Amino acid sequence: MESTVLEKKEVEAEVKAQPYKVNNMMQNPIEKIESPILNIDKLSVSYGGDKYSINDVSAGIAKNKITAIMGPSGCGKSTLLRAINRMHELYPDTHNKGSVYLGEEDIYKMNPILLRRKIGMVFQRPNPFPTMSIYDNVIAGYLLNGIKLKRKEKDEIVEKSLREVGLWSEVKDSLHNKGTFLSGGQQQRLCIARALAYTPEIILLDEPTSALDPIATAKIEDLLVKLKKDFTIVLVTHNMSQAARISDYSMFMYLGELVEYGKTKQMFTMPKDKRTEEYLTGKFG
Amino acid sequence: MNTSAQISNAKLNRRLLKDKLFTYAIIFLAFLSSVPLFLILFELIKKGYKQINISFFYKVAPDTMEAMVAVKNNEIIPGGIANGIVGTLIIVGMASLIAIPVGIICGMYLAENSKGKFAGVVRFIVDMLQGVPSIVLGVIGYIWVVKPITAGFSSLAGSVALSIMMLPSIVRSTEETLKMIPGTLKEAALSLGVPYHKTMLRVVLPSGISGILTGVILGISRIAGETAPLMLTALGSAAISTDITEPSSAIPLLVWEFYNDPNLVDMIWSASLFLLILILCLNLTAKAIAKRWKVQY
Ligand SMILES: Nc1ncnc2c1ncn2[C@@H]1O[C@H](COP(=O)(O)OP(=O)(O)OP(=O)(O)O)[C@@H](O)[C@H]1O
Ligand SMILES: [Mg+2]
Repeated sequence: MESTVLEKKEVEAEVKAQPYKVNNMMQNPIEKIESPILNIDKLSVSYGGDKYSINDVSAGIAKNKITAIMGPSGCGKSTLLRAINRMHELYPDTHNKGSVYLGEEDIYKMNPILLRRKIGMVFQRPNPFPTMSIYDNVIAGYLLNGIKLKRKEKDEIVEKSLREVGLWSEVKDSLHNKGTFLSGGQQQRLCIARALAYTPEIILLDEPTSALDPIATAKIEDLLVKLKKDFTIVLVTHNMSQAARISDYSMFMYLGELVEYGKTKQMFTMPKDKRTEEYLTGKFG
Repeated sequence: MNTSAQISNAKLNRRLLKDKLFTYAIIFLAFLSSVPLFLILFELIKKGYKQINISFFYKVAPDTMEAMVAVKNNEIIPGGIANGIVGTLIIVGMASLIAIPVGIICGMYLAENSKGKFAGVVRFIVDMLQGVPSIVLGVIGYIWVVKPITAGFSSLAGSVALSIMMLPSIVRSTEETLKMIPGTLKEAALSLGVPYHKTMLRVVLPSGISGILTGVILGISRIAGETAPLMLTALGSAAISTDITEPSSAIPLLVWEFYNDPNLVDMIWSASLFLLILILCLNLTAKAIAKRWKVQY
């Protein structure tokens, strides 16, 4: 937790010290990640027709790091994130070019049920299952998929997951109450616990704090930094300081294109692309 | 300054008065519209309470001779409406068995494909169905079931006719309820790798249970008092009939029979009272469920 605070200060100091200067324009603005856990390969996604909402995106996602996706509204952040666990296929007319590899496996050739077990997702608005207790919400992935667990295994998973999101002490006496009676921030942590309980390798989060107050937001940010020890995290955020505070790598997208991708510190101090610089200095977006 | 303030005060008072008058008028009119229900209840209780005793619930309807003798001796008419109660339970129960799954699945389809062309057609047909006169549904039951399937009047035919009648309320309430459920709930389940059909049946549907149940119960209360379609299908029966391929009585059919038999007219009130209370209870249950079981997202 301390390290986040430090990092934040460091970044802010650096931002102040160096007014944005556009470094060597010849340098490739897309950094290559060594041995990525996930490899996005020339991915284009369309919701129907010839219009592609993201275009020819290639990027590797680093294992056990937080990768932030930034960009102005409508640039395709959510589309990219959803394409990683195939949630975009909910819309009937979607089609895509290129692919995404999880290790060696093409995710579009995988069984979506197995894929989503490996790549979990947390949404903008907390969405615990309203008919289920806190306890059942945590193990919902097992319950709804008909995976039988022993009572003891369930108890262990619930406690472990809730401890990981720092909710255990707050709810351990009301595990059998409905999850929807919690506060917004607690609900969101419950949703993260629900994703964790299913032991994914990667967790995708789409603006997980945009519906929360600053205190709840800070808690979730701390949590994400703690979680990267065991999980790989990809996070869409509108909040630049959030990206600067917690992410290791950042993507900047614009009009469906991946404009720049690299270490967060690097990007915030010396963006390589003019559009990134303009966005980060608030000239548009 | 001062005078203008006074003028506007006077104006304000006039407006407030108007507001008040308007409110009272509305309360009065609302009260007026509930008067008929109380008058009906009062009338039915006054004329029918004598007939309601234990045998009313377990004895079948009396024949006209028994009734005549009793009336002559100034006694209450013997017998009850057990054949009607059993018939109504069976006919309405079977109608629900047919209409609930079909209606819920149809409503789910409409909610999921709200803009589809086929969904538009289905929605139009369901709306039309709502307006089909009940006697016409009786004719349908007669043509579809009485003639080809049960080779004679039967409670099954009555159930088919009534199931069509309760379908629209179930379909529309399911559709409206499910449309209100945030899409993020479905996404949450799908993102856990839950297959679509399980997501719908185990996450989305339970979240809308109060709205759907309300629709179902209102549908039941709508058909429980129907008479016309049953005349052409279940026909009526003097005995308790549990064979669904045989004719059966029903409470509203009994009311009609009592009306047609001068010796039995006194039974009309008690049978009607029972039917009315039954339907009122169903409506109250629907209200309670809508309130109590409401799922908070
Ligand atoms: N279901 C959909 N059907 C058709 N087009 C869509 C759909 N969802 C998104 N789009 C389009 O795809 C593009 C990218 O949308 P996306 O939701 O990925 O943007 P975003 O970067 O997440 O924006 P925001 O920051 O506002 O969430 C937009 O132009 C949008 O109009
Ligand atoms: Mg988005």
